[in-house]
Amino acid sequence: MASAVQRFILSRKNQIALICGILIAVGFTAHLGFGNERITLWALVTASVLGVAPIAIQAFQALRFKVVSIDVLVTIAVGGAFFIRNFEESAIVTFLFLFGAYLEQRTLNKTRAAIKELTEMAPESALKQMENGEFEEVDVDEVDEGDILLVKTGDKIPVDGTVLTGEGAINEASITGESLPVEKEKGSNVFAGTILDNGTLQIVADRVGEDTTFGRIIELVEEAQDSKSEAERFIDRFAKYYTPAVLVIAAIVWLISRNIELAITILVLGCPGALVIGVPVSNVAGIGNGARHGVLLKGSEVIGDFSRLDTMIFDKTGTLTEGNPSVTEKIYYGEGMDRALGYLASVERESGHPLAKAVLKEIGETSLYPVENTEVIKGGGITATVRGSRIAVGNVALMEREGVHISEEAASDIARLEEEGNSLVLAAVDGELKVLMGIRDRIRSGVKDHLQSLKRLGVKNLVMLSGDNQGTVDAVSRELGLTEAHGNMLPEDKAAYVKRLIEEEGRIVAFVGDGVNDSPSLALAHIGIAMGGGTDVAIETSDVVLMNSDFGRLPHALGLTQATARNMRQNIFIAVGVVFFLLAAVFFSEWMNMSIGMLVHEGSILVVILNGMRLLRYSS
Amino acid sequence: MKTATIQLEALACPSCVQKIEGAIKSFDGVEKDTLKIMFNSSKVKFDYDDGKLALEDVEKAITGLGYEIKKSQSK
Repeated sequence: MASAVQRFILSRKNQIALICGILIAVGFTAHLGFGNERITLWALVTASVLGVAPIAIQAFQALRFKVVSIDVLVTIAVGGAFFIRNFEESAIVTFLFLFGAYLEQRTLNKTRAAIKELTEMAPESALKQMENGEFEEVDVDEVDEGDILLVKTGDKIPVDGTVLTGEGAINEASITGESLPVEKEKGSNVFAGTILDNGTLQIVADRVGEDTTFGRIIELVEEAQDSKSEAERFIDRFAKYYTPAVLVIAAIVWLISRNIELAITILVLGCPGALVIGVPVSNVAGIGNGARHGVLLKGSEVIGDFSRLDTMIFDKTGTLTEGNPSVTEKIYYGEGMDRALGYLASVERESGHPLAKAVLKEIGETSLYPVENTEVIKGGGITATVRGSRIAVGNVALMEREGVHISEEAASDIARLEEEGNSLVLAAVDGELKVLMGIRDRIRSGVKDHLQSLKRLGVKNLVMLSGDNQGTVDAVSRELGLTEAHGNMLPEDKAAYVKRLIEEEGRIVAFVGDGVNDSPSLALAHIGIAMGGGTDVAIETSDVVLMNSDFGRLPHALGLTQATARNMRQNIFIAVGVVFFLLAAVFFSEWMNMSIGMLVHEGSILVVILNGMRLLRYSS
Repeated sequence: MKTATIQLEALACPSCVQKIEGAIKSFDGVEKDTLKIMFNSSKVKFDYDDGKLALEDVEKAITGLGYEIKKSQSK
């Protein structure tokens, strides 16, 4: 019974604040306008009693679990004011406290909105095939692995699964950030939280609930926004002792000075509001902004490290470059080209070399011939016989070995292509050079600009590490304007390099690479960023997850963490500054009292929340 | 051993977290090290021994403190 009353009072806090406000207004009007002190007295007493009720209930509940909360301080302060018959102060303080709490709640909800938008994208229901073969709508929690589900146009895919029958186009933006619909058919994988733009699918559930990719992203973001940095844990510990300490100090002041007014003023001034809320607010707003822009930051520790970054290391293939080499230039020498290209394609078709793939793609459709006497020369290329002609396909060294004459014209072409960072493929028919191709892995579009933005944001060293030969690496490095580039590196060499930078040179290092080969380096670096879309590996291994592996989100991620770290420092500064200001005012000025103290206190809480909210609008 | 996930109404003050933490830790059967109270997402997570503890008792304690429970799950 008593607890029902308590709950009722707590659930009507906002209405109580409103009534208090009206009563206080009535009281002051009666006092100033009509000189009616009886009405003033009753209005203020009623406002105080009504207003303190929810605060006192919360205080009592906290004390039951041995927590001295802010409510305890305020309740005692209001009680003290009541005792010395200062009803004006008691009424105003309770009103400000309740009204402040209401504003806090509203603004906090706004800062949390970005992440809420994300979690609300989670599927809630599914059409599940029942034992009688009919599909029925059920809560998504009731879907188990192996269940067969029906998804219609416009529906959310409820689980991670495989298409059994049907076709459709799915918008996978919630997982990959890519807004172009992806076609799905029998055997395709589909992901929870994505939307079927058109078509009808029957799918079998492979992973459900929190195990789905989307579920893991949500969990990651939720844990991230509540993860605590070392500084925050310190503030928490501090707050735990700080509030009881304020109580003790107020008691001592009262015992010594016998001045209740002063003692209760100290109680109100000592409330640790802005300090405990300032950092979490910056954190949640920063992470929320990231979530909206396809950048998932795994917690506040990550924000701290990332914002102080001075070195970024990139893997080359697949990170800075597209990862599928293609022919950039082809030069023909002499006559009979169609036949020569046919021979070249026939030989290359039998090779699995990545360069051979690029060559085949370039040649396209052509007549193919049977190939005999194929011989693979390591570090050189292939020789074979086609329709009685001797064919050599490979690098310059192979041509020399085969005694192929390289004309002056060809020699200068070779030099130029090499200088431009191409790998070379030459083809000779019966000792005569016919084709020269320069093959390069294209640099991802926009990478150069993004690297410049990173530099502007204060990253001093942009380093590329690659397994490719030094020539190719140097060419890419020159084109992109990197600070350092090292070729011929195995995954373990890369890891050793990262370790040396961190341990010997004391740098703050981020490593950007593919989640599989580079996982040792990703783990060693302060910040690991795996390219690889919303894949499991990328989510698991990354400290910062870039949706859709979009390199262009890196500058946003870096700028955002810097802004967030700055915002946290500002909030700590504001909070501590306000406490010092209030303490100084109470000892060195005449005008400080409980009501002004509460006003400044609530004001500072709103200021730090509003400051945090600025992060929601950050864009690079 | 089961894991409980309780979604609360939006928490507004960090001292709410302390209160709820104190309340849940006072129950026998709660694995205290696994208790996580997430302020921003207003979620409570903990492992507990379902032989020693009925989840409803914890739920009652939380509602008793004045926090509405939106969704409660255990598995």
